Order: sequence, then C-alpha cells, then structure tokens
Amino acid sequence: MNDTMRTTMLFAGVALLIAYVGFAQSWNSALLIIAMGLISSVMALGVNLQWGFAGLFNVGIMGFVALGGLAAVLIGMPPTEGAFSAGGWGVLSALILGAGTIFAAIFAVKKMTSGWLRTMTVIAILVAGFFIFRAILDPAVERIEVINPAQTGYLGGLGWPVLLAWPVGGLFAAGAAWIIGKTALGLRSDYLAIATLGIAEIIIAVLKNEDWLTRGVKNVIGVPRPVPYEIDLQNDPAFVERAANLGFTPVEASTLWVKVLYILLFGAVLLILLWMAQRALHSPWGRMLRAIRDNEVAAEAMGKDVTARHLQVFVLGSAICGIAGAMMTTMDSQLTPGTYQPLRFTFLVWVMVIVGGSGNNLGSVLGGFLIWFLWVQVEPMGLWLMNLITSGMAEGSALKDHLIDSAAHMRLLTMGLVLLLVLRFSPRGLIPEK
Amino acid sequence: MSNPYQDDRGNKDASITNPKGQGTLTPSPGTRQAMDTAKAFLVGDSMTAGYGNGPDILHDCTIAVDEGEIAVIVGPNGAGKSTGMKAIFGMLDMRQGSVRLDGDDITGLSPQDRVAKGMGFVPQTSNIFTSMTVEENLEMGAFIRTDDFSDTMAQVYDLFPILKEKRLQAAGELSGGQRQQVAVGRALMTQPKVLMLDEPTAGVSPIVMDELFDRIIEVARTGIPILMVEQNARQALEIADKGYVLVQGRNAYSGTGKELLADEEVRKSFLGG
Amino acid sequence: MDFLNAIVAFANFVFIPGVAYGSQLALGALGVTLVYGILRFSNFAHGDTMAMGAMSAVLLTWLFQSWGISFGPLPTALLTLPFAIGFTILLLLGTDRAVYKFYRTKKAKPVILVIVSLGITFIYNGLTRFIIGADDQNFLDGERFIIRARDFKEMTGLREGLAFKTTQGITIVTAVIVVILLFWFLNKTRSGKSMRAYSDNEDLALLSGINPERVVMITWMIVAGLATIAGVLYGLDKSFKPFTYFQLLLPIFASAIVGGLGNPIGAIAGGFVIAFSEVTITYAWKKVLVYLMPDNLEPSGLVQLLSTDYKFAVSFVILLIVLLVKPTGLFKGQAV
Repeated sequence: MNDTMRTTMLFAGVALLIAYVGFAQSWNSALLIIAMGLISSVMALGVNLQWGFAGLFNVGIMGFVALGGLAAVLIGMPPTEGAFSAGGWGVLSALILGAGTIFAAIFAVKKMTSGWLRTMTVIAILVAGFFIFRAILDPAVERIEVINPAQTGYLGGLGWPVLLAWPVGGLFAAGAAWIIGKTALGLRSDYLAIATLGIAEIIIAVLKNEDWLTRGVKNVIGVPRPVPYEIDLQNDPAFVERAANLGFTPVEASTLWVKVLYILLFGAVLLILLWMAQRALHSPWGRMLRAIRDNEVAAEAMGKDVTARHLQVFVLGSAICGIAGAMMTTMDSQLTPGTYQPLRFTFLVWVMVIVGGSGNNLGSVLGGFLIWFLWVQVEPMGLWLMNLITSGMAEGSALKDHLIDSAAHMRLLTMGLVLLLVLRFSPRGLIPEK
Repeated sequence: MSNPYQDDRGNKDASITNPKGQGTLTPSPGTRQAMDTAKAFLVGDSMTAGYGNGPDILHDCTIAVDEGEIAVIVGPNGAGKSTGMKAIFGMLDMRQGSVRLDGDDITGLSPQDRVAKGMGFVPQTSNIFTSMTVEENLEMGAFIRTDDFSDTMAQVYDLFPILKEKRLQAAGELSGGQRQQVAVGRALMTQPKVLMLDEPTAGVSPIVMDELFDRIIEVARTGIPILMVEQNARQALEIADKGYVLVQGRNAYSGTGKELLADEEVRKSFLGG
Repeated sequence: MDFLNAIVAFANFVFIPGVAYGSQLALGALGVTLVYGILRFSNFAHGDTMAMGAMSAVLLTWLFQSWGISFGPLPTALLTLPFAIGFTILLLLGTDRAVYKFYRTKKAKPVILVIVSLGITFIYNGLTRFIIGADDQNFLDGERFIIRARDFKEMTGLREGLAFKTTQGITIVTAVIVVILLFWFLNKTRSGKSMRAYSDNEDLALLSGINPERVVMITWMIVAGLATIAGVLYGLDKSFKPFTYFQLLLPIFASAIVGGLGNPIGAIAGGFVIAFSEVTITYAWKKVLVYLMPDNLEPSGLVQLLSTDYKFAVSFVILLIVLLVKPTGLFKGQAV
C-alpha cells in the first residue's frame, strides 16, 4: 500500500511538472515532452530488461535506436525512381557475398584443424572476399548515388505505411543484438560492454557514410507520417470549426492535435510493452532470469543455460530500443545520422533507468519522463539562473556573455549530478525493485 | 541483498569490471567491553562471533598460545576452525569476549593494526602476490618496516633455501609447497611476535606436507609462537604443544598435543580410530 | 630509387602518424588500465578527464601567450604541462574524495563504480563545454615542422617528400619518457610496488600494512598526469575539441583490452596495434603502390580499404579477433 502510494505520488509529481510547462510556457512544449517522454520510457524499459533483470551492461543503446530510425526510412520512404534497377541488385549481391565470405571464414575455422594452414586459409578467404565485395559494391553504389544527388541519391524505401517500421525497427535491432550477443557473450568471459560500445559507433558510421542507404550526412527528410499533416487539418473546414468551438486558432489546434495523436500511438506501444515486460517478469522465464542474476553458479548447476538466457534478454531489450528509435524517427519525420551521440542516446537512457529504479519497469517509465523533462527544461532553467547570477554585472562584460552563452551546457552537468545524487542517497532508484 | 552498493545484478562484464583481487576484509568493530583471563601470549578469550548481522558461529570459544609454543586448532568440517582464527585476527564481528596480545587488549583493532602490533597472518588462499617476484613478495611483507630488513630477508632465505634460488621468479609460477613457503616468508618479514597459519598444508601432497611441517617447527624454534588451523589433525597434533578441538564453534577438547592424541574420545571422533 | 620513394611515402603517411597516434592511445590506455587494476572498474570518464586536462593546458597557454611567454620553437603548451597536470590531480583527487571514496568504504561492486563514472563523465563533459565551449580551439604555436617535405626533397633528391611535424616528434619523445618513468616507478619504487601488490591482492596488501587510500591517491595522481599528457599531445597533434576526447574512449578501451586489461605493457602494445590497424586500413595506399607496381599495373583507384570514418570499426574488429584468439589480451591481463 505504502509502495503504491509512493509510486502514485511520484508519477503525479512528474505530471504536475509537465502541466506546469503547459501553463507557464506552452501546451505544445508540454505535449512534446510527453511524446518524447513516452519514447524515452520505451528505451528505458528495454535497457531495464537487460540491466535490471539480467545485469547486462549495454552501452550501445544509441546504435539500436539508430537502427530503428533506419527502419523508418527503409519502410516509410518512397523508392527512388530507377535506383534499384541501377544498383540495387549490385548492392544486394555484394551484401550477400559479404555475408557469405564471413560464413565461409567461420566454416573454415570450425572445420579445419588449427595451425598455420587454417590461419592462412581464413585470411585468404577474408581478403579475397573483401576485394570482390568492394569490386561489386563500389560501382553499384556509384550508380545509385548519381541519381538526383541533391534530392535522393539513395535507394529509398519501400513506400509502405510507416507504422510497419516500428516492428521492423525492433527486428533490425534484434538482429544486430543477436550478432553482438552471440560474439561477445560467447567469449570466455563477458565483454558485452566494450562490444556494444563499439558496435554502436560502427552503426552510426555506416549510417553516416553509406549514402546509398541513408543519404549519409545529407539526411533523409520528409519521412511519411502515420498521422495527418497540420496543413491538411488547417484546410479541413470541419476541423477548423471544431477548433474554433474550443477556442483555438486552426494553427494552434492542428499542431496540438498532431501531437496528441502521436502521444496516443506512443502511449499504446508503451502500454503494450509495459504489460509484456510485467508479464515476463512474473513468468517462469522472468523468475529464471532473476535466479540467474542472483546466483549464476547455482542456476548453472541446476542446468540452466545462462548464456542462452542472457542472449535472449539482450536481444529482446535491444529490440525494444529499436522500436523506440523507429518511433522517434517517425515523429521527427527525418533521419539525421549526425545527431546520434552517445551522451544523449546511450548514457541518458542509463540515467533514466538508474534514477527510476533498476529492475522496476514502472521505475523506468518514471525515469524516462522525469529525466526527459529535466533534459529539456534544464536549459531554460539554466538560462534563468545565469541571468539571475549575472544581473549585477555590467552589460556586455565578457564574463556575463560567456556565462549566458554557456547556460546551454548546464544540462549535461545536471544529468551527471542527478545520477550521482540518486546513486548515493537512493541507490535503488526512486521506485526500488521489490 | 542488504547492501545496495554490492548489488551488481550478476554482471560479470570483464571489459568494464575487474574480477581479480578485490578486497573482502571488513574490520571488526569489537565488543567494546574488556574481559580478564589468565596470562597467555595471544588469547582469543570466550569469543562469541559471527559475520555481519548473521548468526553466531563461535560460541564462548577460547584459544590461546603461549610463548615459544605451537598451538593447533583441529576439528571436523564446519566446526569454525578458520572462523576462530579470523575472529582472533579481527575479521568478523565479535559480540562477546576479547582478544589480547602480550597483555594488550586488541579486540577493537582492525586487522591492519593487529599486523602493526606484531601479528603475522597467512590466509588459507590467495596468500601471495602471484604477479610479483618472490623477493618483491617478501619486500611487501616488510612494507610497514622503516628500518633495514635485509637481515630478516636473509633469515627467511635461510629458513626456505628454495626461495632464495627462485627469488626473481614470479611467485604465481611456483609449485604449491613453494607458494606456501613464500606466504609464510612474507608473514615473517614483519618480524611478528606471533604467527597465525590458516591450513598451511591445504592442497599439497603428503611429502610436501611433511616438509612444510618441518619448516614450521623450525620457525617455532626461532622463538615465534605459532597458532595454526589444520585439516590433517593427526600430524598437526604430533607437532603441537597445545591442541584445541572445536565442534560447532565451541571448545570440545583441549590439552597438549600428546594428551589429545592419547584421548580415546578424540581419537574415535576426529582421528579415525 | 622507386623503392626508396615508396618507403618515404610509407613513413610519411603511415608510419610516423601511426607512431604518434599509437603513443597517444598508449598513454590514454595506460590511464584506463591503471584504474582498472587498482580501483577495479573501467573509467568511462577517462576521455573527459583527458579533455579537462587538455583544456586547462589550453587556457594556460593563452594566459602565457598573453604574458608574452613562449617556449621558443616548441609549443607553449609544453611549458604549461606541469601546471595543467597539477590542476588535473586536484580535480581527480577532489572527485575521489567527493564521490568514489564513499563507494569504497561501502565495498561497492565494480559495476556500481562504472555507473558512477558515467555520472562523472556527464559532469566533466558539461564542465569542459561550460568553460571553453564545444568548438575547436587552436593552441599550437612555435615551429610547425622538424623536417619539411620540400626541404627533405631538396636534401635527398627524392620525388617523395617526408614531413615530420614538431607535434609528432614531441609526442613520441614525451611518450617514451613518460613510459620509462612510469615503469621505473612501478617496478623499482616502494610506492610503485605497493600499487602492484594492491592490484594483485587487496586483502593481502592490507595484511602487509599497505594503506589502500594512499595507493588510490597515488593512482589518481599518476592517472591525472597520463591523461593530461595524452590529452595535450592529442590536442596539439590534431586539435582540441571536447567531443573528440569523448570519442577517443573506444580506441583507448580497445587498446587497453587488446593488450590485456590491468597490464601496463599490454596497454602500450595495444595502443600501437590499434593505431597501426586504423591507419593502415583507412589509408589510401595509392601513393605508396605507385612506386612499387610496374606502370601497367598501377592502381586506378585510391586503394583505400575503408573510408577513414570506419576507423572505429577497425579498432573493434581487431579487438574481437584478439579476444577470440587470446581471451586475456596480448599480454596477460587481469580479466580472464
């Protein structure tokens, strides 16, 4: 009972904070915080599954989120006219050949007895495979990238409804997670952290460089939406009338309504995932996970396949991050590979999970909202603080300008401080695991 | 888990956390009440103790060593032999009783402070610095000494000639028996007033065991009282001046080594006839 | 003659940059490996510690320049190094006192400390940006080159020029001096040996009378020195930009792990392995091959295996291969 009260109070507190933004700043900002809070909560839920339930340390969240974003582009964007016939098959066959090379190398390692002959064979397979791969890929890529480079210059997507991209984003992330997990968890000791750190950077590098896939740093803009466009709503007389009845101008009403629709969609996803996560937690599978977490040796002695369970939970958690990534790109309507940074997309999610309470799904949701609120609101708060501090200084003094300019960087400091304070004084988080 | 800072959720990620060599010692806070018993050089007097908030493992247990003696603690598995030794060394929570060294009450001191007071302790496992050379191990043993310890090192080399031969080799590369010699040698470097050995012969072959016992007798002959826990009760009692048989954390029998060996009851229960 | 030109091109574009970058990585990895050995966790804040150290050197350089102090042909930043290191030592000791010490007394598990270091990362990163901003800062002065490409050509009459930048020279010389000092300290001094003993077996170190707080303090001081030097050298050689230091984490971690975590020799070897793999695989080899191949076989493309943006991928693949073949790293590390 006491726990329930506490949880309710905490959520009510966050709701009040967001409502305050609505009254004091604008409802548009408040709704945006809710929408991004929902997405953040989904990410935190995925990481909590890995860290909270299985003690897996994933520092590559950014990569999985970006893969979700890639899915939004590949599913939602219309195909580029003529791109596929120009180079699509070339790229595809190159990729298949690349995968084949790796499989051949693995096969050689497994089948041949170790020795210099095996080493040489594997190196030969990899080197030859690499050069053939490049020889097929490069011209195909060149042919794709010359097609109207200012607008497209990439393969484009399938032109399907973008909502499909959400599960597909999850699948992409799951696939990547399976490969990493299989490699890193299979080593003699666990090297998951460095592996995820590395793979996230590689995924971002691919998104930034493979223009045929994502237009690279030229960004893909105008990813189709699952909800109506503001301009269409404003041109819809019925909508304008309803807005007028409620006392809104058409512009206001349309922007708010679009956000509300997104919030409903994201909210539905979060509720489904939360329900599934709670069910999983109380299922035999969840109990086994916790048994492994609390005493791996005993669980292993009872015949539990620890590595396989860890791999499962790692793949599932990453898939959830991928879904969140697809949702985010859908709402932004654009994929901008240059903006993916570990502090924002990996470590911030960690702050959410730790602050909310490791091992508690509701805690992750709370952490997602609270930390996102702070992330957005610390900047205006910092600016206000700096204006206060510098109010006594001479107008135009260098220090004053510097302090006011630097207020934007306060958010990183604040996040660090929040994380350290929670770790120190409430190490189990705001809503502790039972 | 009671301490949230020790909840690592089973994470074993070697790329971010170092699984090796982390400390486990938690100093004992002591009982904060002095007690008085007979004069022994080192005595753990009527100790009742356990780990942290856990149940009592020792119950009113007394262990003492006199000057120039070898005292041995024997008993069945789980009798609290090592626990008794750890209690004397200040590595678990004493609820009652006291530990005194050479007349001083040291019940409230941390293990490090007891080392400074003149206790040498050789743990059962991880008792050497495996990545350092034999000589460096001995140097580390003498870390608290500010005077010239080359004499002590020479003495240790005299006691354990094989160590001198291998002094530039990493201690981790030595055989089991040689490692134990390094461990004892390291403890001797502080010139302790008393030496405590926790199962020095665990996991070594019978031949090596005999040799180790010989060495221990030699150490005792240099005038250092020795308190040791032993699994091999018969051999240990043979060289012991005093023996303590512990059962379930209580003193069951005590006497000179010969008395205990001769005692019908002790022979039947613990020495296999 | 062509063979000579190929060697010169190789030295100019691959070998010298590789050695310089390798030295920087090695110094960074040494810091990570020391913290891993003594405090038993991977310090995610190490990149940002380097940034803080380098930032203090940048600010001091500007101050010195405004006073008209310079170091002749060498960068003024070198002159500021002792002060910058002093600042970083204070920073790290302050952080330890305010943050890490609490967790030590609680006997916190290493993974908790990893999360704590994430918090420190945020704070250092925020502080750096707060103080100096997120942009590129130039603080290199003095003579730019030890050998200029044109002078080299005139001197030798070769077609290919060899440029040896002052910063590369300084990096290599400094790294050698620092490494020699560090190994002397660890292997020959009482404090250094006590650090190794503590890293090897904390309980036994305690029983031998080694004071853990002192060991930790010395470790942070050395780490501060290494991080500042690595940060300043990297900043001089490339440029000072807070974000790049954060990104150095991956190659630095990779170096430390490839060499064997907790093993200082391994950290150095790892740094060079990673640096050379990155440089060789992302270098356009045409310049070298032109001299070696017969005219009719001359390569048409750049012969660049991977675009430079994939350098992280290279560190990562090398890391994976090493771990698959030797799970403890090239030199036996503490992570088994």
